Amino acid sequence: MSHYAPPSSALQSVLRLFSIPSLAKLGVGPMIAAAVLAMIVIVTLLSPWLAPFDPLEMNPMNRLQGPSDANLLGTDPFGRDIYSRVLIGGRVSLLIGIGAAIVSVFLGLVIGLVAGFFRLADTIIMRIMDSLMAIPSILLAIALVALNGPSITSVIMAITIPEIPRVVRLVRSVVLTAREEPYVEAAIALGSSMPKILFQHLMPNTMAPLIVQGTYILASAILTEAILSFLGAGVSTEIPTWGNIMAEGRQYFRVKPELILWPGLMLSLCILSINLLGDTARDMLDPRLKKRGE
Amino acid sequence: MLFKSRNFDDAKTVLTVNDLTVSLPPAAKAPPVLNRISLTIRQGETVCLVGESGSGKSVTSLAIMGLLPKDALFVTGGRITLSDTDLLEQSPSAMQDIRARRVAMIFQEPMTALNPVMRVGDQIEEVLESHTSLSAEERRARVIDIMEQVHLPDVERIHRSYPHQLSGGQRQRIMIAMALVLEPELLIADEPTTALDVTTQQQILSLIAELQEKHGTAVLFITHDMGVVAEIADTVYVMKSGDLVEHAPIETLLRAPKQDYTQNLLRAVPSLIPRAPRAAPGGDPVLKVESLDMIYGGGGFFVKRPGTHAAKDVTFTVARGRTLGIVGESGSGKSTVARCIMRLIAPTAGAIRLRDTDIAHLSRAQLKPHRQHLQVVFQDPFRSLNPRWTVGRSLIEGPVNYGTAPAQAMARAAELMEIVGLPRDSLDRYPHQFSGGQRQRIAIARAVMMQPDVLVADEAVSALDVSVQAQVLDLLNDLQESLGITIVFITHDLRVAAQICDDVLVMQRGVVVEQGPAAAVLANPQHEYTKSLIEAAPGRAWDFANFRELGAA
Repeated sequence: MSHYAPPSSALQSVLRLFSIPSLAKLGVGPMIAAAVLAMIVIVTLLSPWLAPFDPLEMNPMNRLQGPSDANLLGTDPFGRDIYSRVLIGGRVSLLIGIGAAIVSVFLGLVIGLVAGFFRLADTIIMRIMDSLMAIPSILLAIALVALNGPSITSVIMAITIPEIPRVVRLVRSVVLTAREEPYVEAAIALGSSMPKILFQHLMPNTMAPLIVQGTYILASAILTEAILSFLGAGVSTEIPTWGNIMAEGRQYFRVKPELILWPGLMLSLCILSINLLGDTARDMLDPRLKKRGE
Repeated sequence: MLFKSRNFDDAKTVLTVNDLTVSLPPAAKAPPVLNRISLTIRQGETVCLVGESGSGKSVTSLAIMGLLPKDALFVTGGRITLSDTDLLEQSPSAMQDIRARRVAMIFQEPMTALNPVMRVGDQIEEVLESHTSLSAEERRARVIDIMEQVHLPDVERIHRSYPHQLSGGQRQRIMIAMALVLEPELLIADEPTTALDVTTQQQILSLIAELQEKHGTAVLFITHDMGVVAEIADTVYVMKSGDLVEHAPIETLLRAPKQDYTQNLLRAVPSLIPRAPRAAPGGDPVLKVESLDMIYGGGGFFVKRPGTHAAKDVTFTVARGRTLGIVGESGSGKSTVARCIMRLIAPTAGAIRLRDTDIAHLSRAQLKPHRQHLQVVFQDPFRSLNPRWTVGRSLIEGPVNYGTAPAQAMARAAELMEIVGLPRDSLDRYPHQFSGGQRQRIAIARAVMMQPDVLVADEAVSALDVSVQAQVLDLLNDLQESLGITIVFITHDLRVAAQICDDVLVMQRGVVVEQGPAAAVLANPQHEYTKSLIEAAPGRAWDFANFRELGAA
């Protein structure tokens, strides 16, 4: 039994991520990813102050210009500053991604806990989840936006709903394993109430896999938002997002590839670094999933 | 008792281990895991390596096999010689060949050692395929031959079976067939019968002995069970935390152990003689189980499927302050009965009267007031406490659920910690900081916090070393005497049952075959099944604690 790993709460594990010795063991990749992501987040958060122009301000005299001192990355077909648009657009893209990730993890956690613990609820909930998973998620999202209008909240909901079944299945499987543990049965014998068993004994087991899953959902939500906008089914075009900017740049792509290049580069870097950090979190929180021979 | 006391002075030496030292990486700055171990095994000899968990038995066997975990354990001194081959000098590929042809190993859990998606016949054949140049027909003939030698029934059918279609005993026979098909010089058996029922264990032990006789294989047998040692060993080596404490021929060791550690190890082996009968039950019956039936599964939405009848018409009564043992092998339904009494599952039919209330069919809410009179201790001390909670928080969970103030409950928990023999500051620590025996004490304390009338102990000492087992049994006994708790003790181990139970109930395939006072059932069993259980108990004719035959007072 010497291999028994000391237990830790999810919070402890997260805190351990920031301790110096484990950072040293991480290697360069995750450090670069963290730095890149931090840069993107800071720059987009501070975009109202960093952006030299109003992203919506049109200037017909100044269309499709190349980089200059005034317009760092040039201008688009309406004479708007690409640099300002990419910064401000990133803010909305990240907001939608983070919002969708938080809402889907939270709802998925609650539904998954209930499904894992109550057999009758399980039968009903899992059939609903199965049906949701049978619909292609992009189509479902497009339909939901079409139904609710192109606001930021409705896009968040449209991205969230197709993600929920994945979280529910994850949480449910963890709960199904954990509820057979003798300490949970002992808690039943000690007369603990259902909420107490659910939230104090079972829920902490789901935290580590949820943090990992959360990062993947975050990346995929940002990407889905871009896809929706690109297809014209996302937030309305007055609000710049990376997807919107690329969608508008599509027509002038041959004349001016920067229209797609800059938002696309930001999007790729952002998703790449989130996924890399997600892998790192997985390796630290659940070493069993780590690839062999590393 | 008849020991194997064969003479090996003229036999060829198969394996010599000289001053073997195994250490953790230098960075760990820990004492060596194995400290200058030396042992010799001769042709046809059975050497038993005994010791408690953490003594280094398994590390020794892995070092011989050249299978020490890479980057974790290193051989830092000594020699291992197989006939004339120095095993520590071999290249990994040469070692791989030696492992199949000359040294073979069988493990505790045959299910995990076999490939679940490959027919067992093919798995044996694979060994021949990679290490011999026999033709397909010859290989098949060899496989059928070895399967017959390990006495598998219906060899043709089993040859085509997957591991999950076989019983535990059959799987272990397949493992033995696989190990012996290339006729190795040395067979290493690491606790090969620990996961098996006693009657199966007896068959596997006699099978190993028979094949050893036939092929002249040397056997290194690793076990913690002194009963098994007494049955099969020629020579015994006793290990304690990485040191070799003592070695001697079996009879010498059992009659006149030299070292204190060996003496204590032998004294801790529970005797099969039932405890002295205690005063007849004065109190009222606290727990009455009447015609309990439990059927798992069945039902089905479209088609009516037959269920598994895990308990049939189980009836018994336990009086205040007494201990009832429920004894049986795996699949006998003893744990099902325990889970029904605890109402972790609802029985299909029957009544469970706890202090005159039938709790068999109460709802979750109706059960709550009765739960506090009924507590449980589980088998696995590593999983029965929430690893994220401090011991104190686990201990007060129950009383707080029933309205005790946390501070008051914590004060009581501190008192109980001392009663179960742990320091008071244990309350602020986490379960992983304790050993298995200590955790089991904590689990008992958690149950006793509720001041229950009935304590169900489901294999509560089965995962513990014998010396720790004895201490935990003593603790249960003391608690029972001071608090008057009724104990329902579920076990597969007749020795443990003999130590603690006033009454014994023997179950087989869901049915109670015999019940009565422990002294009567164990000394004079009536039912065939009880007799076979007692006969299969290894080393039953030996009084380990007094170093002599039973009855030779």
